[in-house]
Amino acid sequence: MTARAIAAAVRSGERSARSVVEEHLAAIDRREAELHAFNLVTGDEALTAADAIDAQVAAGEDPGPLAGVPIALKDNLCTTGIPTTCSSKILEGWRPPYDATVVERLSAAGAISVGKTNLDEFAMGSSTENSAFGPSKNPHDITKVPGGSSGGSAVAVAAGFAPLALGSDTGGSIRQPAALCGVVGVKPTYGRVSRYGLVAFASSLDQIGPFATTVADAAALYEVIAGYDERDSTSIPEALPTVLDRLDEGVSGLRVGLVTELCQAEGIAPDVATRVVAAAEALSAAGAKVEEVSVPAVIYGLSAYYLIAPAEASSNLARYDGVRYGLRVDAPTTGEMYDRTRTAGFGAEVERRIMLGTYALSAGYYDAYYGKAQKVRTLIIRDFEAAYERFDVLLSPTSPTTAFTLGAKADPLAMYLNDVCTIPSNLAGHPAMSVPFGVGADGLPVGIQVMANALDEVTMFRVAAALEGALA
Amino acid sequence: MTDSSVLPEGWGMVIGLEVHCELATATKLFCRCANNFGDLPNANTCPTCLGLPGSLPVLNETAVELAMRLGRALNSEINRSVFSRKNYFYPDQPKDYQVTQYDLPTNLGGHLDLPSGLRIGITRAHIEEDTGKLNHVGGGGRIHDADHSLVDYNRSGVPLVEIVSEADMRSSEQAKDYASELRAILLATGVSDAKMEEGSMRVDANVSVHKLGEPWGTRCEIKNLNSLRSLGRAIDHEALRQVDLLDNGETVRQETRHWDEASGRTGTLRVKEDADDYRYFPEPDLVPLEPSAEDIARIDAALPKLPAARRGSLADAAGIAATEGGVVMAVERGLDDLALAAIGGGADAARVLTHIEHNLAVEGAESLSAEHFTALVAMETSGELTATQAKTVLAEMVTSGQAPADIAQAHGFEALDTGALEGIVDGVIAAHPDEWEQFRAGDDKARGKLTGFFMGKVMHASKGQADGKAATALLRTKAGIYG
Repeated sequence: MTARAIAAAVRSGERSARSVVEEHLAAIDRREAELHAFNLVTGDEALTAADAIDAQVAAGEDPGPLAGVPIALKDNLCTTGIPTTCSSKILEGWRPPYDATVVERLSAAGAISVGKTNLDEFAMGSSTENSAFGPSKNPHDITKVPGGSSGGSAVAVAAGFAPLALGSDTGGSIRQPAALCGVVGVKPTYGRVSRYGLVAFASSLDQIGPFATTVADAAALYEVIAGYDERDSTSIPEALPTVLDRLDEGVSGLRVGLVTELCQAEGIAPDVATRVVAAAEALSAAGAKVEEVSVPAVIYGLSAYYLIAPAEASSNLARYDGVRYGLRVDAPTTGEMYDRTRTAGFGAEVERRIMLGTYALSAGYYDAYYGKAQKVRTLIIRDFEAAYERFDVLLSPTSPTTAFTLGAKADPLAMYLNDVCTIPSNLAGHPAMSVPFGVGADGLPVGIQVMANALDEVTMFRVAAALEGALA
Repeated sequence: MTDSSVLPEGWGMVIGLEVHCELATATKLFCRCANNFGDLPNANTCPTCLGLPGSLPVLNETAVELAMRLGRALNSEINRSVFSRKNYFYPDQPKDYQVTQYDLPTNLGGHLDLPSGLRIGITRAHIEEDTGKLNHVGGGGRIHDADHSLVDYNRSGVPLVEIVSEADMRSSEQAKDYASELRAILLATGVSDAKMEEGSMRVDANVSVHKLGEPWGTRCEIKNLNSLRSLGRAIDHEALRQVDLLDNGETVRQETRHWDEASGRTGTLRVKEDADDYRYFPEPDLVPLEPSAEDIARIDAALPKLPAARRGSLADAAGIAATEGGVVMAVERGLDDLALAAIGGGADAARVLTHIEHNLAVEGAESLSAEHFTALVAMETSGELTATQAKTVLAEMVTSGQAPADIAQAHGFEALDTGALEGIVDGVIAAHPDEWEQFRAGDDKARGKLTGFFMGKVMHASKGQADGKAATALLRTKAGIYG
């Protein structure tokens, strides 16, 4: 059942929220042990929330557009009184005293959290293998990774543990696992969704977004979580256009650009490339005008990203020092306590990125690394702007390959290359989403990335809906 | 030219000050917690000022407004500004970075004119957040020997401006004058309550010495100066320490030093072996500040008249230099409007400023009626009251708010006539023949001393009603001294 169907049934009194939650908890019971989507399943809290929704319905009140819909939350979103770990040992025992803005908005809309999902530690990774609590598994083939960093959220939706989930996307962390797990994943425009309560990885790139099994469900979740929040200074004050009522408008007359540099990037598997061509043909058949377009600067995106994101992370993760919360390894002096706590608390990939970022910001290196990366960012924005003068949306693969085998990418650079198609939209701050479009040679899902200009989520969702419709 | 009087001949000192002031906002810089001194530890905290994961800063617009107001008062240029992160680990800093303005501060350049007429350059005045406060418990109560430390985050995120001066000062007196004038500006503009003892105004001094005519020496930064007195003592002590080192053939290390008020010494806090690398980069959680021309015009229009301008107005009205003590004091005590009103009402300017400088350093002086004050000075000028009587009446005017004529009458004050005064003077001379002989025959120095002796006797005999000037003149006439 889709989220929208559940909400309609609960709002009308046709189904109880409790029965919905029980059904999903049962699904979790059946497969969670093998898939490890969650760091924590909050079944009791979910049932209590469901009863409250049912009481509201019984009292003739409307619990909201997502009434009774179970949702899985990436475990880097703050939830009052419920452990928020970022899949790191360093946050051991920490329970936030507050809810993220998106969590508040979900509650107000009647959605019910069923738990906190696994991720690469502090969202740094593309497979969830960097989780301190062990990897999640791809529900389509448990020898494969689900992608990452929001792998647990993608698994939860793909395995039917919840019709909706939230992830965060800094360089592709929603879109790539969505592609690998065969679900819809959306990264909205930077600033569309409040980051208040999202544990920061790279503040200028992080954005929260939906996972769902359908484009319409993703749009419904997007409409609930997006919109201005005064607690986030980078939040966009402009009014939020509705999306759901525009999904069926079709793509006739829309101009679609196939990004040459991303479609032909190093490592794009032929079966994935084939699906992109098929998607272009499907849109063309639906009335869109499809052409190739060059966005030259995107080829530098990966390099720029792996300077900017670690630089910001090195600062954002400084606060995990053992002084106030989370892990503390005692030592005779404060300096040694910092060292021991951080050495014990952080995994190898987090350490690597903190060191990279610290180096990139150091005196004497700043201009050559961080400064130059920011210039590349400006170039990418400029090239995208030129492309959006001629096109309404841009198309590319989401991930170069279908889901790969657990442990297959032990080399960090090989892992980083997974993000080659998704990173440019983060650097530009533009919206982008992944929509499932068939399978690869191995029978595993392939995702198509639809990118749009800043604030133009509506057109992006319309194109995704058309692709979804073309497969049906 | 130098007036580094504490240093041996031929040495000079160079001083620049960095002053941190807490802005007088109701709430903190990036959250809505109260900006209050003295509350229970950690009472004023939230996820943002505790730096909890997922928290975000939202800029307090009033803090920006106050900082810009200060900038305009210091003749600074207001610029587009960007907050940066200054990264370093310290337990009083919950995020392990401080949000501060780095290469693009709100206020750039400017100057401040001291009462002495000296102009001190302002490098910049930027906005930043304060840290929490460590309380070291057990041991010697210092960071190095404490058993453990407690952190109070009430101060974490309190808005500060840091005002950086040029190295334009050459003596501890000038440094104190600068700090004092800056404080007056902070108070006049309402930017800060500038209480040094509560830490809402904190001064760090950069001090170096050099042989006059030679290049400046290596500087040391002295922290923890929480009074003007400490500032002066610490600078003089530090300059002398550096001269001693150099005299002994040693070198001055660039370092941060701590001022210990009790021992009257500075001690090494940390050595700057390399330039600190704070890995500054633009704070991605905040957007740049872009003040418009209208914003700046609005701030300029709302600026109160500043101390230097007030000194100028009073000096013009009194016909004396703005650097005169009475003028400086009048403005410092906020009595310049009173003085201007009295002078404007016809009161003798010299007497007005004498009263303000010497007799009105009291609470309540600011609510003195200008009309009464003018009347008092007039009575004194006309000889109705002696200077001593006027002082007594003035003190009572401040406490009672009554008119000077009523107070004088209640005391039975009327200036002694010349005959009565002469009688008293003659009596005092007769009673002290030895002293009188010394007065007559002595040199100026001896006579000066004995004038005080005789005046004391005359005042005592007249119960304070004698006019001191007239009595002195009588003494000199009787001794045969003229001119």
